[in-house]
This record gives sequence, C-alpha cells and structure tokens, in this order.
Amino acid sequence: MVRLPYLTALTTLLSYGILFVFGHLRDFFRKIFDWSKSNNLQGYAPICLGYEDFYTRRLYLRIQDCFGRPISSAPDSWFDVVERYSNDNNKTLHRTEKTTKCLNLGSYNYLGFAAADEYCTPRVIESLKQYSVSTCSTRVDGGTTKLHTELEELVARFVGKPAAVLFGMGYVTNSAIIPALIGKGGLIISDSLNHNSIVNGARGSGATVRVFQHNNAPHLEEVLREQIAHGQPRTHRPWKKIIVIIEGIYSMEGELCKLPEIIAVCKKYKVYTYLDEAHSIGAVGQTGRGVCELLGVDTADIDIMMGTFTKSFGSCGGYIAASKEIIQHLKRTCPAHLYATSMSPPAVQQVISAMKVILGEDGTNRGAKKLAQIRENSNFFRSELQKMGFEVLGDNDSPIMPIMLYNPAKIPAFSRECLHQNVAIVTVAFPATPLLLARARICISAAHSREDLIKALEVISKVGDLVGIKYFPVEPVKPNKVEHLKKIE
Amino acid sequence: MALAMVNVTASVLDWASSYFDAPTRAVVFGVPIDGHLVVEALLVVVILFQLTRKSYKPPKKPLTEKEIDELCDDWVPEPLTPQITEDMTYEPPTLESAAGPHAIVNGKEVVNFASANYLGLVGNEKITDSCVGALEKYGVGSCGPRGFYGTIDVHLDCEQKIAKFLGTPDSILYSYGISTIFSVIPAFCKKGDIIVADEGVHWAVQNGLYLSRSTVVYFKHNDMKSLENKLEEVTRRSKHPEKVRRYIVVEAIYQNSGQIAPLDEIVRLKEKYRFRIILDESHSFGVLGNSGRGLADHCGVPIEKIDIITAGMGNALATDGGFCTGSVRVVDHQRLSSSGYVFSASLPPYLASAAIAAVDYLEENPSVLSKLRTNIATLFNELSDVPGLVLASHILSPIVFLKLKKSTGTGKTDIDLLDSIAKQALEEDSVLIATTKRSSLDKCKLPIGLRLFVSASHSESDLLKAAASLKRVAALVIS
Repeated sequence: MVRLPYLTALTTLLSYGILFVFGHLRDFFRKIFDWSKSNNLQGYAPICLGYEDFYTRRLYLRIQDCFGRPISSAPDSWFDVVERYSNDNNKTLHRTEKTTKCLNLGSYNYLGFAAADEYCTPRVIESLKQYSVSTCSTRVDGGTTKLHTELEELVARFVGKPAAVLFGMGYVTNSAIIPALIGKGGLIISDSLNHNSIVNGARGSGATVRVFQHNNAPHLEEVLREQIAHGQPRTHRPWKKIIVIIEGIYSMEGELCKLPEIIAVCKKYKVYTYLDEAHSIGAVGQTGRGVCELLGVDTADIDIMMGTFTKSFGSCGGYIAASKEIIQHLKRTCPAHLYATSMSPPAVQQVISAMKVILGEDGTNRGAKKLAQIRENSNFFRSELQKMGFEVLGDNDSPIMPIMLYNPAKIPAFSRECLHQNVAIVTVAFPATPLLLARARICISAAHSREDLIKALEVISKVGDLVGIKYFPVEPVKPNKVEHLKKIE
Repeated sequence: MALAMVNVTASVLDWASSYFDAPTRAVVFGVPIDGHLVVEALLVVVILFQLTRKSYKPPKKPLTEKEIDELCDDWVPEPLTPQITEDMTYEPPTLESAAGPHAIVNGKEVVNFASANYLGLVGNEKITDSCVGALEKYGVGSCGPRGFYGTIDVHLDCEQKIAKFLGTPDSILYSYGISTIFSVIPAFCKKGDIIVADEGVHWAVQNGLYLSRSTVVYFKHNDMKSLENKLEEVTRRSKHPEKVRRYIVVEAIYQNSGQIAPLDEIVRLKEKYRFRIILDESHSFGVLGNSGRGLADHCGVPIEKIDIITAGMGNALATDGGFCTGSVRVVDHQRLSSSGYVFSASLPPYLASAAIAAVDYLEENPSVLSKLRTNIATLFNELSDVPGLVLASHILSPIVFLKLKKSTGTGKTDIDLLDSIAKQALEEDSVLIATTKRSSLDKCKLPIGLRLFVSASHSESDLLKAAASLKRVAALVIS
C-alpha cells in the first residue's frame, strides 16, 4: 500500500496547481493572439473541444521527451535508445542518427525471449518461410494453420485447463470476449485497478458494472451480498449471472492478487471468475505457470483464465483457457475469432518454442534456469532498493517494481538523469495512475545479470539522492563480519 | 334535575350566541372583528397544526443478515454458456502451407479463395527477406507499449512511408487490424456527438460506435438518398452546430456485402451539411485507384477532404496491424487518447518491415493492380449465372459476394445450405471458399452469402475452376 506523507501530498498538489494556473494563462493569451487570425473551421466544431486536451497540451507536452523514446535494436537487457532533439520547446521531436547503449529496465521481457534466441529464432524463420507472414484471413475462413491448433493444445496443457483459443492481440482478447460471455441483465464486478482493456470490454458488453476495492476480499463479499439481495437496478429481478474479474499481477502496483481468499468468496456465492494473467503467466510460479501455481489455487476453481504472449514469451497475442464447452461457444460467437485476421504464423511459432523451453521439452534446462534467475533478480533488486530508502511497491517474487515519485517535477528529472547515466527507466503519471501518485516502474528480466543489476542500483541511488525520492530512512550498513573478527583479534 | 340541565344549556347557548351575535367589538386594520372570525381563526390554526405533522410512512426495514443469506442461497445463476448442440462443433479447414492462391488442406492441394491476399504478396521473396532481417535484428515481439520503449525505428519509418504514399501529413500505426477502428472512433466521438453510419458496417465499427456513447443514426446500406434524408433530419434537430461534432462513418468496400461507397456523393453531402468523414479502407487500400491509393484515388477526390482514414493491413498488404491517417491534429490526438494505441503493446517489428516492403512493391509494380482488375472481371462474368445464387457485390470489388436468390425461410437453414455448398466445393472440387459467419453480437441485418476473395496471383484456370465448381455444386444442393 502507498503511504503518502502529508508534506509530500501538499507539495504535489501545489505543483499541479501552479502548472494548471500557468496552463490556463497560456490558453488565455493564445486565445487573444488567435483572435486576429481567421478561423478556418467554417461552421464545423473543432475536432478536440475545449479542455479535452488541456492535459496533453499544457502538462504532457512539457515532458514529452520522457515518453515514447524510440529504440533501434531488440528490447533486450541492453538496447540502443535513439537520441531526439527539439527546436520548439518539446512540441515536436525529431530523430537523429545517433544512439546510446542503455540498460533496459522498462520492457516487458521477463524471461529474456525478446531478442533473437538460439532455440526459438531458427524455428521462427523456418515457419516464416513455410507459412509466410500472414494468412490474410480470419480463423474461421481459411486462417487456421497447423501451428494454431498445436499452440492451442500446448497452451491448454501449460495453463492446466481442458481447452484454449488464441487471438492476435491481448487488448482485443479482453474487449471482445467479455461481451460474448455476458450481456444485459448480468453483473460484472471488477477490481478497482483493472486494466483499460477489461474496462472497455465490460462497458461494451452492456452488463451492469460494479467495482470492489483493490484486492479486498471482505469488501468483495459485501458488494456481492448487497447486489444479489437487491437484484437488477430498478426492476429488482435476480441477476442472470455474475462474473468477477481480477488480474494476476497488477502492472502499476506490482502486487499479486489475493487469489485464494477471492476464489473462496466466489465459490461461496456461486459467481463466475475471470483471471487476467497478462503479466504473471510465465513469470511467476515454480514452473512458470502463473499465480495459481504460486499461491496454490487449483485451476479448476477459476472459470476463465486469460493471458497474453507479449510479456513472458516475447511474441504478440493473447489466449483464453477454459472448459471445452466455453471454448466451443466462444469460437462460435466471439467477434475477434470470426472477424479478425488470425495470428501471424511466425509469432505462433515463437510462442510454441518459448513454451517448450520453459517446460524443458527442448532438451535443456534453460527454462528452469530462467525462472530461477528472474525470481532471484526480483527479490535481490527489491530488497536492495528498500534498504536504500526508496518507497517500493509490490510483493516479493513479482518482477514489477514501482518506485514512488509523487511530485510532477521529479518525473522528468528522474527520467532524464537516469538516461544521462545510460539507464532507461519508465515513468508513469496521470492518467495511468491517480493524479498524486506518479511513479517510476522497473521491470526485471531473466536476461539481466548480477552486474547489470548492481550498476542499475548505483545509478538509481545516485539519481534518487539528487532528485530527493528516498522517502524512507536508509538502513545502516551492517559492519562486515570479517572486519568485526579482525577488530577482536 | 332536567330543568337544571336545560337551564344550564340554555344559559351556555345564550352566552355563546350573545358572544357571536354581539355587535362588532373592534376594528382592526379596517376589518371589523365579528364573532365568526374567531371560528375561522381557530380553523386556520388547526390546519397549520396538521400541516406541520410528519406524514405517515411505513418504517423502512433494511434486510437482515439472515434474509440476505437466504436470498444468496436461493439465487441460481444461468450457466456461463448455452448448451452446445451438434452443429456447433464445426471445425474450419486447417492449412498446412502458406495461404497463397494454392494451399494445402488435409494433404490435398486446393485453390484458395478464402484469403484476402489481393496483391498476391503472400510468399513474396522480397517481403520474406526483409522479415528475416527484422527477426534477426529485433526478435519477434516489441515487449512494450508505444509510450514505454516499444517504439522501434521501423514503426516510425512505416508511419512515414504510409503517409507519404497516401499524401497525408502523418499516420499512426496500430498493432491489430480490427482494434484500429474501434479505438479511433471513441477517441474522437464522445457523448453528445452525432454520428450517421451505414447499417452494413462490420462489427468492429459497431463496437466503436457503441463505446463512443454518441447518438448514432443508421442509413440504408449504400443508399445516398437515405443518407441525405438522415443528414437533413439530424441537421434540423441539432441545436448547437458549433459545439457538437458530427461524423459520417462509412466503409470503402463493405465486407458484409461487397459494395463500394460512392465517395464523391458523400463528400458533396458532407460539405453541404458540415459533417466530417471517417472512412474505413481495410479492403480498398492497395486495390482501388490507378496506383492503389484507395477510394479517394478511385473517385478522384482530393485526400484532404476526408478527415480520418483507417485501414487494416491484413488484406492487400499481407501483414498484420492497422493504421490511421489524417491531418496532424487528428494523428497527434490519438497518440495519447486512443486506448488501443496507448494501453497495448506495439506492432511486432517484423510486421512493420513487411508493411514497408509491401508498400514499396506496390509503388514499383502498379501493373499488379490491372492484373487484379482483370481477374475480378473474369470471375464476375463467370459467376453471373450460378443456379440459385445471385451476385450482390460491386463489379470492381475484390470481394465477390453471392447471396441466395430465394431464402429457404429461416436464417439457420440458409447458413446450413451455404455451409454445405462450401463443404462440397472443398471436398469434391478442391476449391476453398468462405461463407459469411455472423456473430450473435453483430447487429448487421444484411443477407449472408458466399464470399470469394480474388487475388492478383490467381491464374485464369483457377478462376474458371472455381466458377465451374460453384455452378455444379449449387445446382446439386439448391434444387
């Protein structure tokens, strides 16, 4: 949980207040200067009305160089960041030919499959030559290849469910599946910090949506009891069905969800559960099978498990794993299966190869080594950051580590200083996080070696002192045991 | 005793009547105070007293814990999915090779009319080589959204290339074909805006319209008179034209019917009634026009008149993903407020380099377009006399759409009939064609039918074979 000190809250609010005032002043002067220039809209309403893009124009554009940095190599543990310059105070940015080699702490590359891999890449190139780049067709028309059926069986086996279905993009998976499962007359209860794709899917389904406090199983129980007892709004008819949607690891907090408690509540009240494992599949658990394995929950207790291949498998696309009947039904009704181009065959082959490596079916133990490496890396990095006095969120074993920044001025300061020292960091502000809780988010990968992490820690510590984000007291360094012994002698 | 009572009553009555019938005692504010005024005053006091009393409401009793427990125990949810019947277990044909004009299904070689491979770029050498280079350099996935180190230089190159090819200032890439349109529409249309859309638009457009929460009015499929009527109606009813944004949403080639939208008419109407156009060119980019630049090129309309153009690249360009293009303001706005762009991982770099190679190919070989046009004309000619089926698509559309001349009665039997035609064509004549499948979430009411996607790499014998097969099978099945 985030503990926001009062002084910090006050200064953050003050900073935003000053920025808003200046923004409004500039808008005012801009209106005056543009009065004379003729308005060439001729009776059309402007395409962005009034204050819709105020945040973009006056706050985001000032620090635009911290976001959207282009790279010119694979997003591995070290990559080349393209340098950009601006002639008009960050309004437009232009690329240069120069690049800097930086340590990558921002990409979702949990198991290190992002760059060319010795097992996966030759097979991917082979499948490219056999099946070509795209099938140009939907799954039901002529876009199903042998690779797709093989991967669906492999995913079902990996996740621990009877059947699975693939989609070409993770975002579309959520937005198109939820309307196929539930419609008007149903109720969706989702965690307050769920991802935008789930929110879009829930809204697009037409069902009533209610929110429960993040990771709070007693509050979920309260909401469920109230909703079942009162029924649908206004008519008070009983709900047709209720689905609870939660995520495995929340990407902005790095926290694991309290799965056993929430599943117990759901079973008691006969509601269906939908688990989104976008960040946790392949990255946590003894054999990489996700939060169910880590927290000891039987996969048969969860009705629908969703995941993506972008993060841990170095590819693109998403899947849904559930019982055979649900998958049959989805294959008949889900618009993403019926209307969208099927997943590109080389991407499918990449996932098949990556899964085989993780399961150990390629004949080596690289998979087990990668999983152990990422666990070790995450725990080491998190404990070191906490010792240095940073406010780090998230649970142990989770490879995502947000460091709280709070003040809007610290966002560009931290980001730019780290880039000067060749460490690439991701900073997140409003609207992905609440207004006062801006943070820097670190994603650890199995491709990071111990030296990489130590260098990153040095740089972050130095920059943290400069920017002033060590909100907690620094733990005193314990004297070395050997020196202690020497002193006694 | 009785006398005493009578005396008392009489004296009370005398006193009361004397009091009431007494002459006016006083004059207050010019109103003589008569006796009856006292009764009236008392009446007013009683009324006021009653008005101040709280009205009777039966007390509200919240449900007790035990009652809530009982309700929760009694509640029985519907099953998550409906029962699966026999015919729902249909498995689509599995390809064992690339989806070119000839593909291998179940060990047999078939002529493939189910892939929207319009320019024949599936299996093209140059594209495969550029992809191999990209795979070795960048790996497969991009591992991040565009804002967080997921922007790779091939993305920026691809955006610039597409913008230069079309002649627009800038463009923006999306990572999946259908997510393009349903992210673009909610980024520009909010609650209170007015949209006039064709009733035959496909599901992704319908989803975008629903998510935008604007007022949507549908006009008859490809009917310009109906469009004009709806525009007139909407303009008359609208109160603040400067504050409300108004859009017309159409597709260049409708994938539900194969019709082509008359863009010059639409632009004329748009300028008359002050609307903006959102055009989805998924099936017309790289197909229509002398140089493949799409519907604007085909109709001779300058590209600046169309405000927003979106397209999926999974068709003519034989890659995946989508793009949106327009003025600088339009494209920049999407970089922060389009949900499919901001909250999703970016397009894999090898697909972006495939797109660049495909656009290069199109620029260097414009003759492939005339080959495609000849193929479409040949097939259209051959299929004009299939028994039981009638051509419903436009003569220039690469999606050749055949619908049933006479419906068999219910939607379900229609689908079964068409499915059996496709199945027999595949098994007996080795011709792979697609039937339109509609999701239960799709609101489009246009008739279903058979779709053949014509490619520039189909040979004449392929086209003749498909036409002959269809004629034979349709004659057998529809009798």
